[in-house]
Amino acid sequence: MINENSKVILSVRDLQATVDGTTILKGVNLEVKAGEVHAIMGLNGSGKSTFSKVLAGHPDYEVTGGEIQFQGADISELEPHDRATAGIFLAFQYPLEIPGVSNRDFLRVAFNAHRKSRGEDEMDVFDFDDLIEEKLAVVKMDAAFLDRSVNEGFSGGEKKRNEILQMALLEPSLAILDETDSGLDIDALKTVAGGVNQLANADNAVVMITHYQRLLNYIVPDYVHVMADGRIITTGGKELAERLEAEGYEDIMAAYTAGAAV
Amino acid sequence: MAIPVSSIDPPTQLTKREQRAAYLKALLGTLQANVPAAVALEDLRAQAAAIAHEHTFPTTRDEDWRFTDLSAMLSVPFQAMPAAPEVDAGVLAAIEMPEAIARIVLVNGQFSAELSDLAQLPAGVVVGNLAALQTGAMADQLTARLAQSSGGHDLFTALNTVGFPAAAVVWVSRHQVIEQPIHVVYLSVDGGTPTVTSPRCVVVAETGSALTLVEDFYGTHNQAQFNNSVTEVWADENAQVTHVRLQREGLGTFHIGKTAITQGRDSRYTIIPVSLGAQVSRHNLEMHQTGPQTDTNLYGLAAISQSQLADTHSLIAMNHPHGTAEQLHKCIVDDAAHTVFNGKVWVPHNAQLTNTSQLNRNLLLSNKARVDTKPELDIVADNVKCAHGATVSQLDANEVFYLQSRGISAEAAQRLLIYGFAMDIIDRIPVSSLQETLMATVTQRTQ
Repeated sequence: MINENSKVILSVRDLQATVDGTTILKGVNLEVKAGEVHAIMGLNGSGKSTFSKVLAGHPDYEVTGGEIQFQGADISELEPHDRATAGIFLAFQYPLEIPGVSNRDFLRVAFNAHRKSRGEDEMDVFDFDDLIEEKLAVVKMDAAFLDRSVNEGFSGGEKKRNEILQMALLEPSLAILDETDSGLDIDALKTVAGGVNQLANADNAVVMITHYQRLLNYIVPDYVHVMADGRIITTGGKELAERLEAEGYEDIMAAYTAGAAV
Repeated sequence: MAIPVSSIDPPTQLTKREQRAAYLKALLGTLQANVPAAVALEDLRAQAAAIAHEHTFPTTRDEDWRFTDLSAMLSVPFQAMPAAPEVDAGVLAAIEMPEAIARIVLVNGQFSAELSDLAQLPAGVVVGNLAALQTGAMADQLTARLAQSSGGHDLFTALNTVGFPAAAVVWVSRHQVIEQPIHVVYLSVDGGTPTVTSPRCVVVAETGSALTLVEDFYGTHNQAQFNNSVTEVWADENAQVTHVRLQREGLGTFHIGKTAITQGRDSRYTIIPVSLGAQVSRHNLEMHQTGPQTDTNLYGLAAISQSQLADTHSLIAMNHPHGTAEQLHKCIVDDAAHTVFNGKVWVPHNAQLTNTSQLNRNLLLSNKARVDTKPELDIVADNVKCAHGATVSQLDANEVFYLQSRGISAEAAQRLLIYGFAMDIIDRIPVSSLQETLMATVTQRTQ
């Protein structure tokens, strides 16, 4: 939902980043306002996933230029956990397995870390159990998942639902979904998309990174960006995604290459 | 007051071999000189002394001690003490175990009636001191078990048998089921001079009985001490024993401990040995099978830091068919600490249809930490299933980032990952107060 008057949540200007000395992001510009849903599409290697990891503060990536403003403050020097408690959430493309740590404990520790950062008391185990039962409904997860080790032995769909469960619990201002749709069957995709739609509201924003237009049938974006060669090369509405699906990336890439060559 | 023994200061002309021989002789001498008359056990001790005489003090050239260097002991003239120092009962507050139904305490190897709590023992269970029990109705039964386990040929086991001044006895009669744990505490206190202590314990679970035992080696000081313990466990036919062995001694301690288990037909035995303390610790764990279809589970954890060394040598000796054994041994190694694991599984021709698995997993928390691991399978039987493996890893940076991306600080994330690593051992301890204490200790050390 586009509302010109809503506040800016994320403002990225000329962002450049490297990993192991290789430049991946070469000047990304993006502005995201409250209430908006953005989709970032692009071929493999275009820098989409790197962009999401840089926003979340992955230590392997070094920001070498430009700036990231989140709710008015520069966050490029913040530790990943401080970005998280500030309100940035990254749903992982490949959620990690943490053997020996129950999902319930993990969720409680994460939730309480957010509360602590706001100066609130930690929530006790019993109140937390009530809260998490409510949140499970968002992604139609069975309570039995809470007592299994984090993501260990979960199917692909279960891992992605678990990511959205964390999002539901932590209530971020900015949710970045890194290929949350990839590898999902249609039922799981509907469940995950339904969860995201329930959580999106006028005060937060969603940035989806995806290969496939299919996801956008379930989570309708306000903006679609195409990324190539470490930059956002074009931006449009939902119709841009449909065009990409029908025609592929070739024409857009060709237009970009021609422009860049000038 | 220690009874003086011949000086062990080696004249300079002695070779290293002669120095070690002199050291061992002095050690034997001080142990023999301090045996209380009430537990003279002349024959037993003479046999053990004869075994000790056949040995030399081990060096890293002995395969069995390749990674565990005891040479630092040689400069410390350990003395056996005829009595334990006075101990204030408050010292036990730190290791209080509310779930326990009984507690027997040996202080520097000597029985302490004051610190023990044996008032609530149910019928069919005997927990007490050897000196008192051996003159009563159990005399013959004790003789049949004490120092009769396999593995007595080992030097340090023989030294313990030569010198133990007391022995804790835990005896559960036929078909008795004891659900609450029995707490055996080996308290190490500073005796003023470097002390050699020889705690001994005999545990018998008779046919069809069930027992949970918590052995707790707890040190209150960081002075030099040599704690050489032996515990014999007998799980008779169809008995079930769950055994926690917790070693949390002071950082001046050399801890060498033997756990010798004899399992009868259809018995089930689980041990959770946890090593946290001591400068150098060595746990020798031996399971000998005397009948078919035994079930053996070994779930070990060593979590050490600084310059500590924790060595676990285990032997699972099958000799009958249909036995199963599962071993998981985990090590968390911080700073310049060093863990050693040697897991031997012996499956002779008789032990057909044996099913064993062994896994050693190591988590290194520092670039200076060191792990030596060696599975040793000796299989003659041809219809068996025996798996083994070992892994060495560090904390995964991507896992840390995943947790951080949920608002958890890097430090807390590391603690959570260590918790996860230790959890599948600690979770098996059937005493919740102990689980909590151990979790706090294990995750605390990386701060």
